[in-house]
Amino acid sequence: MRHAISVLVDNEAGVLSRVVGLFSGRGFNIESLSVAPTLDPTKSKMVITTDGNDQVIEQIKKQLNKLINVIKVVDYVGKDFVEREMILVKVNARAETRAEALRVADIFRARVVDVSPFSYTLALTGDKDKLQAFVDLLSPMGIIDFIRTGAIIMEREMHGRRKSEE
Amino acid sequence: MIMKKISGACAFLEALRCEGVKHVFGYPGGAVLDIFDAILDAPDIEFILSRHEQGAVHAADGYARASGKVGVCLVTSGPGATNTVTGIATACMDSIPIVVFTGQVSTNLIGNDAFQEADIVGITRPCTKHNYLIKDVADLPRIVKEAFYIASTGRPGPVLVDIPKDVMKSLISFNSPDKVCLEGYSPTYRGHHGQVRRIVSTLLKSRRPVIYAGGGVVHSNASKELTDFARMMRIPVTTTLMGLGVFPAEDPLSLGMLGMHGTYAANMAITETDCLITVGARFDDRVTGKIDEFAPKAKIIHIDIDPTSISKNVQVDLPVVGDCRIVLKDMLGDLEAKTREIQDLRKNIEPWLSRIDTWKKDQPLRYEKSSAIKPQYVIEAIDEIAPDDTIVATEVGQNQMWTAQFYKFSRPRLFLTSGGLGTMGYGFPAAIGAQVAFPGRTVIDIAGDGSIQMNIQELATVVQYNLPVKVMILNNGFLGMVRQWQSLFYKGRYSHTALTISPDFVKLAEAYGAHGLRAREPSEVKDVITEALRIKGPVFVDFVVEPEEDVYPMVPAGAPINNMLLV
Repeated sequence: MRHAISVLVDNEAGVLSRVVGLFSGRGFNIESLSVAPTLDPTKSKMVITTDGNDQVIEQIKKQLNKLINVIKVVDYVGKDFVEREMILVKVNARAETRAEALRVADIFRARVVDVSPFSYTLALTGDKDKLQAFVDLLSPMGIIDFIRTGAIIMEREMHGRRKSEE
Repeated sequence: MIMKKISGACAFLEALRCEGVKHVFGYPGGAVLDIFDAILDAPDIEFILSRHEQGAVHAADGYARASGKVGVCLVTSGPGATNTVTGIATACMDSIPIVVFTGQVSTNLIGNDAFQEADIVGITRPCTKHNYLIKDVADLPRIVKEAFYIASTGRPGPVLVDIPKDVMKSLISFNSPDKVCLEGYSPTYRGHHGQVRRIVSTLLKSRRPVIYAGGGVVHSNASKELTDFARMMRIPVTTTLMGLGVFPAEDPLSLGMLGMHGTYAANMAITETDCLITVGARFDDRVTGKIDEFAPKAKIIHIDIDPTSISKNVQVDLPVVGDCRIVLKDMLGDLEAKTREIQDLRKNIEPWLSRIDTWKKDQPLRYEKSSAIKPQYVIEAIDEIAPDDTIVATEVGQNQMWTAQFYKFSRPRLFLTSGGLGTMGYGFPAAIGAQVAFPGRTVIDIAGDGSIQMNIQELATVVQYNLPVKVMILNNGFLGMVRQWQSLFYKGRYSHTALTISPDFVKLAEAYGAHGLRAREPSEVKDVITEALRIKGPVFVDFVVEPEEDVYPMVPAGAPINNMLLV
């Protein structure tokens, strides 16, 4: 099962290495990773998505908590949350595909961030499934280059309250 | 008040004083010259010069295990630092509180492949509890304090602090912080009360309970509580290798060690128990054997301070995270009002205890007598002759297992051994550390002819400081444990396990200025041991033992633990 785990850490040299080393040292794979400082610049927040059975995930969370530089670990499974990733795709845009590429971009509300006579570079944010659908539609035109960020995540605030009001 | 500024090197020693450090084990080198210069003016901190950095770390580790205090080690950068890695990993696997200080090249050279540079913080990240690189001298007092705090609290472990040369030279107004403030670190000491109550009620309903106690009982100084608890309820106790001594071996309720080379009674009791009370142990593979068939009939209770140990290998029914001593005390408190239930339990347990006694009588630890010296006999003779408070270190392999089986440890912190990592060459330097902590006590290293050669250079250390460590070498001319596996599982093909060339250990000891003794016949064993203990200084004793003796019982790797090869 896919898990998204956020890890609040001290913003210090070597902390990322400790967290990642904990995964690699146990043969666990990280599917995606994003990390940046929080509003408090002495701390960073990481979001790690990974795959594993409950026992593996439980062990990962405990091991993360055991690291001295880790302040808080949250697993988003079972929580209602907003998830976003971003991709940049450079797609072939020659005469026969030029219009189609823009149409697809328009449907997904992707932005054209770079143009050349032979290509468009498109930027899109969304959740994993939306990005995948976008890439699937562009693929037949010929993808020249592709890059994708790790997921970032935030728990929904209003949902629970609305439910109780109903 | 204007405070006088002192160098980082002096501030380092001041920080050690704040932690109450009296002994430092180590080896000098270019990157730590400033600290070594300052040490000359610090007569209150005794420095013990090893002959290899690995020896220094093991000595700090032995010092910590024997005394319960934090062991301290100081070495230089590069090779000095990398030579400590095995010792750090040894301490990490066995949860031993040590702090290792390494010199580092100056901050402006870090990352430049400078002379004697190694990224020791990177290298030791997976084998320390935590580690630090001090980049600014202003952080030094705080980091040293945190290092000792982290090493000695919660589940203890090694901490490494890397100090660049320019940091040692920088000036600072020394000010030790009053307390440690680590947002991401706060070990749980008190167990969840509801969970403690559930454990007690489960236990009172059981018919065939067993306590399985490990090194955590040593670290939390819970031996007395554990012993009181077991005796009050009449619950038999088996211990891991790391737990030997937490329950007196001579007590009728003692089952001895469990696992791969555990006793028949201990392994059978685990297989048949309906309530396994695990205290400060971690279900290591050498203990459990085939995991699916470990304690198959039992409700498993697990008391441990480290949440990651719980349900890591074996699914636990009733976990409680907390300090063993505090949790046991809470359990004893909860039992105070339950005298009737306790009496019922004691009555209900009777058939179980007599079953265990039958196992003990049917299959005791034993060995065949022969005309050659039996290594097991040497251990029994040492146990008989050495004083009660003797500290015994071992190397790794057959010597270690025979000591665990045949030496009857009456209390904790008398047995120093590398359990988790299984580091050959551990015992001799660890014995040195224990002797430094307790100059007046008898300290013995039980070694093999293979293991002792892995840190034999420390002979110079014991002679220099006149540390009267007695090294008992069970010399069988083989890497005995590996040979045993080759004999049992590799069709007797002895690939590179015969040590056909070894030094004359008696002459070798003498060459260093120590005493050397030898026993060739069983009749000489006790006299030689007595003589070794009588001699004031360090002694090597070479016991020429039966060359192909095996350690039994033995559970083949991966087999269920009731599947034992007996003698």
